[in-house]
Amino acid sequence: MKKISILAAIAFLAIFEACSSPAKEESNGSHEAPKSMVADPPSYDPDRGEGKWTEENINLKEELNPEWVASGESISNTKCTSCHKLTAEKLVGPGWEGVTKRRKPEWIMNFITNPDVMIDKDPEAQAMLELCLVRMPNQNLSDGEARNILEFMLKNDGAK
Amino acid sequence: MKNNLITIAVGGLIVASAFQSCKPKSTSQAVTGDAASKVYVAPGKYDEMYNFVSGGFSGQLSVYGLPSGRLLRVIPVFAVDPEKGWGYSEETKPMLNTSHGIMQWDDLHHVQLSKTNGDADGRWVFVNGNNTPRVARVDLKTFRTAEIIELPNSSGNHSSPFLTENTEYVVAGTRFSGPSDNANGDVPISSYKQNFKGYLSFISIGKEDGKMDLAFQIECPGVNFDLSRAGKGVSHGWFFFSCYNTEQANTLLEVNASQNDKDYVMAVNWKKAEEYIKAGKGKKMSVKYAHNTYSDITHSATSEMKTEVLVLDSKEFTDLCYMMPCPKSPHGCDVDPTGEYIVGSGKLAATLPVFSFTKMQKAIADKSFDGIYDGINVLKYESVLHGEVKKPGLGPLHTEFDAKGNAYTSFFVSSEIVKWNVKDLTVLDRVPTFYSVGHLCVAGGDSRNPIGKYLIAYNKITKDRYLPTGPELSQSAQLFDISGDKMQMILDFPTIGEPHYGQMIMADKISKNQVKIFKIEENKNPYVTKGEGESKVVREGNKVHVYMTAIRSHFSPDNIEGIKLGDEVYFHVTNLEQDWDVPHGFAIKGSTNAELLIMPGETSTLKWVPDRVGIVPMYCTDFCSALHQEMSGYVRVSPATSKVPLQFSLGTNIPKVITAEVTK
Repeated sequence: MKKISILAAIAFLAIFEACSSPAKEESNGSHEAPKSMVADPPSYDPDRGEGKWTEENINLKEELNPEWVASGESISNTKCTSCHKLTAEKLVGPGWEGVTKRRKPEWIMNFITNPDVMIDKDPEAQAMLELCLVRMPNQNLSDGEARNILEFMLKNDGAK
Repeated sequence: MKNNLITIAVGGLIVASAFQSCKPKSTSQAVTGDAASKVYVAPGKYDEMYNFVSGGFSGQLSVYGLPSGRLLRVIPVFAVDPEKGWGYSEETKPMLNTSHGIMQWDDLHHVQLSKTNGDADGRWVFVNGNNTPRVARVDLKTFRTAEIIELPNSSGNHSSPFLTENTEYVVAGTRFSGPSDNANGDVPISSYKQNFKGYLSFISIGKEDGKMDLAFQIECPGVNFDLSRAGKGVSHGWFFFSCYNTEQANTLLEVNASQNDKDYVMAVNWKKAEEYIKAGKGKKMSVKYAHNTYSDITHSATSEMKTEVLVLDSKEFTDLCYMMPCPKSPHGCDVDPTGEYIVGSGKLAATLPVFSFTKMQKAIADKSFDGIYDGINVLKYESVLHGEVKKPGLGPLHTEFDAKGNAYTSFFVSSEIVKWNVKDLTVLDRVPTFYSVGHLCVAGGDSRNPIGKYLIAYNKITKDRYLPTGPELSQSAQLFDISGDKMQMILDFPTIGEPHYGQMIMADKISKNQVKIFKIEENKNPYVTKGEGESKVVREGNKVHVYMTAIRSHFSPDNIEGIKLGDEVYFHVTNLEQDWDVPHGFAIKGSTNAELLIMPGETSTLKWVPDRVGIVPMYCTDFCSALHQEMSGYVRVSPATSKVPLQFSLGTNIPKVITAEVTK
């Protein structure tokens, strides 16, 4: 009796599974590939990354704003420099030297405010992950904080 | 010999099968085919409700998801918890302070969610410490204990913590009466009737911040106050307490406290008490009790010792308290959603009396009294009774209510739950529990608007439910679907400690307010280190303060030298992460207390007193990244007379290894 009810429960579960499986068309039961293995959607822009930031809304000026630079340095000291050196030397993450020359400002801004999505999608970010092996933490930067850090990075790369 | 064994075995089988037949029913009969689908919550899907369950003698509060029964969290409250450093870190030690000093354990019995207009609002959950009388408030934004208040003049804080419908007060009645704290307690125990009193504590709750304050106490006759419920709706303004041992016996209570045919449910007019307190009628009594508060801004607790309480004497105010006779040792006294009906459960009685609030008010107005008990008017049983549920079962304990006018009562002795109609008192359904059920919890069952849907039975005995684990088995909770006419058991799951009581609440009332990180810029811990540039080691006499940071995947500093025997070392570790669910741990070899678990943006302190010379490693205990194993460091401990200077570093070997020193 017990056995029958267990079998019934298994059968029931199996039916339940089949009905609610999101991958219905795959009737052979093969697993969905993990996200990172899926080819990038064609819409992804590797120059800009993914997030709210565009060339327009970052609005770079000819000259650096010294207040933003100072604030960016202070925020970096709390939230960033534990893992990033200001030189080219890799610590936990890559050194910051030259970053504003390697990447577009919007890519940097999107990466530091939206790291999880970017690490999952961006080929450059994934290449860095293979080197560093630590996913960059989301440090919950506000828009202003992120913008100030960018200003500090520009200063670090010699902008005036 | 062999024959003897066989005889014993056969005898055992007969006994076992006889026992089987006494059981409520077999499991296979109790569970029907669609139970699994009702409790299955797929990976990645959330449960519908949170279930806050007392951890009993573990001293903690457990949180389960329902209907899956998955354990989501254990919140440390009254007992130290090495997993989270609770009671071990310097910041949390003051939370366990009492008038007896630091108290590392208690017995957590009841759980009640804060309420607005009679419904759970998802802001706080209140719990009681039974042994060393305390009430705690847990903040549901952080799932942390935010406040603990000790209760003077109280012992066995059992009828606690129960809340009024707008969280005006949380009440705590003493289970054990005794001489007041400021009286000479060195009296013969046999002088119970002369010297023992029972105190009911009313703790007011800050409307916005939830802050607790012991507003007043009512001195009552020396009996055992067992459980309590606040009135609601029509009976808002009143509290009800079940009283046993009205015999005022002091030995072999299992016999001597069940002599009277009827004990009492005591009704207390707390609005009246408030008026008397405002009018200055309370008498100041000198006492000593601790009041502890935890701050999410300083990430630390403060403990304050208080020395006074206002007391009203129930004998002096005839309109404050009334006794309603209740058959044989009442346990639960539960108020239905309308507030009109109060169910008294005489745990040794064969009937279940239901009292009417309207009739009670009339009886008071008519002075329909049946004598006086220790200065308190006793109302006539017949004049306050709505009716009795006849032959409901054996050993009624607790009653909860659904949205359709039904009540559910647990029966400890006959191990069953009985559903009955509150108005006409007819029994509608009964189901077995496995075994010896105590409290019940219906979703919203103590509120003005029950959700119904689920009912949980918290069982005292778990024989044959799970794989055996030695003489001891985990206790258990059993989930029933009560949405239909008949109750249906759909799940049972193990629980921690003794799952004494629990409360359910719809998940979205809590989940939307969840704190995900502590903002590092708002961290006001006096020992915070905001960035590696600020990390340092400072000596103050024989105290050494290490201002340390943690981030995936290193500490700063990771090398410390110049610590000497006789030093007390304080590791103040700040977690620099600002990402949800990335705590870091901190442990050091030879530490006699515990580790730290530090949330993103938080600062926490571990005191360590080295006991020998040598190199001592420290490491992160919470697997934080692929390089978690690398998150470690060394502390060098030198003799007390050593001249090694205090120094620290990250990423530099200091001092440069001196061959001479190494080979020496």
